[in-house]
Amino acid sequence: MGIDYRSLGLRVGLEVHRQLSTKSKLFCECPVEPSGSGREVTFVRELRPAQSELGEIDPATLFESQRARKFVYKGNTSDICLVEMDEEPPHPINEEAVEVALTVALLLNSEPVDELHVMRKVVIDGSNTSGFQRTCIVATGGSIRVGDRDIPIQAISLEEDSARIVETRAGEVVYDLQRLGIPLIEVSTAPEISTPEEAMKVAKSIGDLMRATGKVRRGIGSVRQDLNISIVGNCLVEVKGVQELELMPSIIDYEVRRMSMMRELSSLLRERGVTKDAIIMNDPVDLTDAFSNTGSRLVKTRLLSGDRVVGLRLPHLAGLLKSPDGGPIRLGREVAEYVRAWTGVEGVIHSDEVPGYGISQREVEEVRGLLNSSKDDAFVLVMGDAERARAALQRVRERLIGVIQGVIDETRAPLQDGTTQYARPRPSAARLYPETDIPPLVISREYLMGVRARLPRRFEEVIEELRSRYNLSGQLVAQLIDEDRVNEFEELVKLGIAPSFAASFLTEVLKELKRDGLDVDSVPFDEFLDFFRMVVNGETAKEAARDVVAYLARNRGSSAREAVVKLGYRAPRIEEVIAVIDALIDEYSRSGHRDVTGPVMGELMKRYRGKVDGAVLSRLVRERTK
Amino acid sequence: MVLVVILTMSEVEVAGYRGRLAEVLRRENVEVGDEVEVILPDGRRFAGRLMAKYENSPPDFISLKIRSGYNVGVHLPEGSRVIKLREGTAPAFRRPPPPVQDPSLPHVTIISTGGTIASRIDYGTGAVKPALSSEDLVSLIPEITDVAHINAEILFSIFSEDMTPEMWDTIAAKVNGLIKNGVDGVVITHGTDTMHYTAAALSFVLQNPPVPVVLVGAQRSSDRPSSDAATNLIAAVSIGARAPFGEVVLSMHEGHGDDLIVVHRGTRVKKMHTSSRDAFRSVNSAPLAYYRGGELILVERGLNPRGSDRYSFYPGFSDEAVLIKFFPPMKPDILEHYASKGVRGIIIEGTGLGHVSSSWIPTLRRIIRDGIFVGMTSQCVYGRVNMNVYSNGRRLLSIGVTPLDDMISEVALVKLMWVLRRASELDEVKGLMIRRIAGEMNDRSLPTRVSWIGD
Ligand SMILES: [Zn+2]
Repeated sequence: MGIDYRSLGLRVGLEVHRQLSTKSKLFCECPVEPSGSGREVTFVRELRPAQSELGEIDPATLFESQRARKFVYKGNTSDICLVEMDEEPPHPINEEAVEVALTVALLLNSEPVDELHVMRKVVIDGSNTSGFQRTCIVATGGSIRVGDRDIPIQAISLEEDSARIVETRAGEVVYDLQRLGIPLIEVSTAPEISTPEEAMKVAKSIGDLMRATGKVRRGIGSVRQDLNISIVGNCLVEVKGVQELELMPSIIDYEVRRMSMMRELSSLLRERGVTKDAIIMNDPVDLTDAFSNTGSRLVKTRLLSGDRVVGLRLPHLAGLLKSPDGGPIRLGREVAEYVRAWTGVEGVIHSDEVPGYGISQREVEEVRGLLNSSKDDAFVLVMGDAERARAALQRVRERLIGVIQGVIDETRAPLQDGTTQYARPRPSAARLYPETDIPPLVISREYLMGVRARLPRRFEEVIEELRSRYNLSGQLVAQLIDEDRVNEFEELVKLGIAPSFAASFLTEVLKELKRDGLDVDSVPFDEFLDFFRMVVNGETAKEAARDVVAYLARNRGSSAREAVVKLGYRAPRIEEVIAVIDALIDEYSRSGHRDVTGPVMGELMKRYRGKVDGAVLSRLVRERTK
Repeated sequence: MVLVVILTMSEVEVAGYRGRLAEVLRRENVEVGDEVEVILPDGRRFAGRLMAKYENSPPDFISLKIRSGYNVGVHLPEGSRVIKLREGTAPAFRRPPPPVQDPSLPHVTIISTGGTIASRIDYGTGAVKPALSSEDLVSLIPEITDVAHINAEILFSIFSEDMTPEMWDTIAAKVNGLIKNGVDGVVITHGTDTMHYTAAALSFVLQNPPVPVVLVGAQRSSDRPSSDAATNLIAAVSIGARAPFGEVVLSMHEGHGDDLIVVHRGTRVKKMHTSSRDAFRSVNSAPLAYYRGGELILVERGLNPRGSDRYSFYPGFSDEAVLIKFFPPMKPDILEHYASKGVRGIIIEGTGLGHVSSSWIPTLRRIIRDGIFVGMTSQCVYGRVNMNVYSNGRRLLSIGVTPLDDMISEVALVKLMWVLRRASELDEVKGLMIRRIAGEMNDRSLPTRVSWIGD
């Protein structure tokens, strides 16, 4: 069922983050590309919230500080130094990265700042050893044209990438430090994107534009997008860290549906007379005794490990916790995600799903009795030690009160199935304070003029130029650019290969082979060149290209020449071909054909496909029939 | 080229801004935190809250906090306008409410002298400045009240490179007073740069104290989430409250992690790294103890016990001692210079086993004959001086240079300052310098690369 995004007032803002492939990291001289060739280091740390310079503590920071945790950091001395370990002040900002950011800014017609102030963005989930991410605004304003719309740009920033989570254990998170400090460019748009598809297109265009600098990193995790999604009526969520562009439309669609359903629930709850006070008035009740002879394996295991079952009556909520349409969006899931994020307690069981989980009708009745809950009411059960279970139920109340009040303002994480889950409250501006270890950097007008003079061509310009110069379709050119094969393409054309063949070989043929599971990326480009040189010299035919590449991918280290010979694609000597042509012409003339060219070519192609270029054969046939 | 900055009497300063900018801001009555709009001659506009000027930012730039929370610097050429949009609150540190204290716990007093552990960003200059009071520390690190009833006071608010021997005496007198009043432990927060000098000084003044006297600092300022201030202070307070010894100690991180704190003897510790949390190392000695997971693990036996009745208080330092480091072509003129300035004692950081160039011998002989004490330590840091091995060393010995065994050179200097206050004759000075007073030397040398504690 389609949604009318416009009538819901959908507005999406994007933050596109992309790693740079500069020589070194943003605030130290460690390499961006890891080698793992040094010594392993491991250490354990804790983080505590710090106040911003305005004397406020950010809600997202408080959220993390509620969950007292230890952080185990691992790194290799070839890839990290004392800066990543937060054992040495940052070095001055990497000017190569600043130039890339300014380049992107100028390509977007943004206005660079006069002076760059590095800030500390407090992040105490452990992903930064310092407890903050260093970040600075490089430019503001500008726009990007997508389709027939100009999407305004809010800011372009340069920041350090965070450490990567390796493992989450009880009370402890393990991080790999290699990624920490890699320069990231962040382009954020105004919240003026109005459909999920448009969001994907804008993200793609921004990504392409960043790539035009030639200084961005590729591969898994090198691009991450944050989405700010809002619909009318106090609903704004931030979905952080979407890696696949293709997931973006379904995530936005999911969020729109989820937010509108929460809004509907909000009015439904109010209709039923469920108020904040009614939620608060009910206290958690220990229900462990009701399960002393339980047949539920789930409950039994937890009870054996000493957990309690604690429940909470939810007045007038009967039937509202399950999904109304069998879809993934349901109040039960909202509550469970929220509880898990704040307290780490897994598995909130609600009345709309029992009997179930082995919990019997009789036990349900008993729970209802103990909770003093009628058929109109719902209830939730959580298991854990008494204190944690009560803390979890407190969060259940909090979430429901949030829904009643109809304000949705939070940070969510994308899931692989195109849905999202609650992650934490949204951070405020209170989490930014100045990084005093790095003096401000003046961006002079003269320096900017230099950057402007070195600006790379924009993608559209490159596409248009290649298209007209080589008479290719715009789509083929876009593919060449997308796969970073423009230089290779130009080399093949320089050899004398027809542009359309070169382009489709480098895009479609290679893609098909890859789809068949062949590792064509492992074949050195020099082997391709050697093969096409043989084609140009008449030693083999371009039609052999696909098989030769497949052979090279299967037989690592072999040469193009070897592949041509082994596959039997080596061209016969010209005299031999001419003799065959003459014999065929003779044969078809005798059998009464008026125009022998067609049938002779047919026979020749059968015999010489992949060995002699079709154009060469056609020329020879024309010569010999004269 | 010489840059001359002339500040006239009439010049105003607003939030660190001077000259034309200050005039513009004052005319509009703009202060730090106010929301302003800046209109540049080229038509560009910026809105944000005025931040104090960054110390090393050029004169015609202002700092604005824009809505997203980021600060940016804006160049304001002649003809720019600043319009005040709304009054704001100036950034200030707001202390969380202090925890409720339990008077039945051991009483520990935290004396604050400044340094990174007690520092925050100074929004006036953008630099880290000592600004946190000891009460602030208690509010920010309430865990310390779980192990002790805390009293806190600020004695100084300085960086440790500005510390003086008079200040060592002030601290020592303060601690002595607390001991006399029956405190159970004393924690002194201190800048790390010269914390080991102060630790040595207190060790000579407060001999065999009945309670632990713990110096503690931080290598990352306490306004950062990753600061080592909290873990170090929690450990220091626990040691102050519960350690079974009465010693002057310095406790800081053992490694890069927050999980192990090491307790060094005040006279056996040296700052060995400019920035890392594990900057302090025990030199030529095992540390006294470790602190891990709330437990104190003793390494050294035979410490002065808590409640010891052998306590004595010997305050006073002379400023007539110096420390010089010898380097290969160094000339002995420096000795003459110091002798002419009235210096009464010199500690040399010599090479290897305790040597200086043979060209120094005549000068050294002369100044020692004039009654100046010359003590030899080694720039190797680790190991003991031994001037009997090479002929140069033997000649230095014969002219009266005093080998100072395995004493750390900084500790030797502090000890000499302390000794010169209580001995006037050279022989007397010499006698005290080679006598073990506060664990600053040892006859036995132990291997240096030993893991003093198992995993
Ligand atoms: Zn590094």
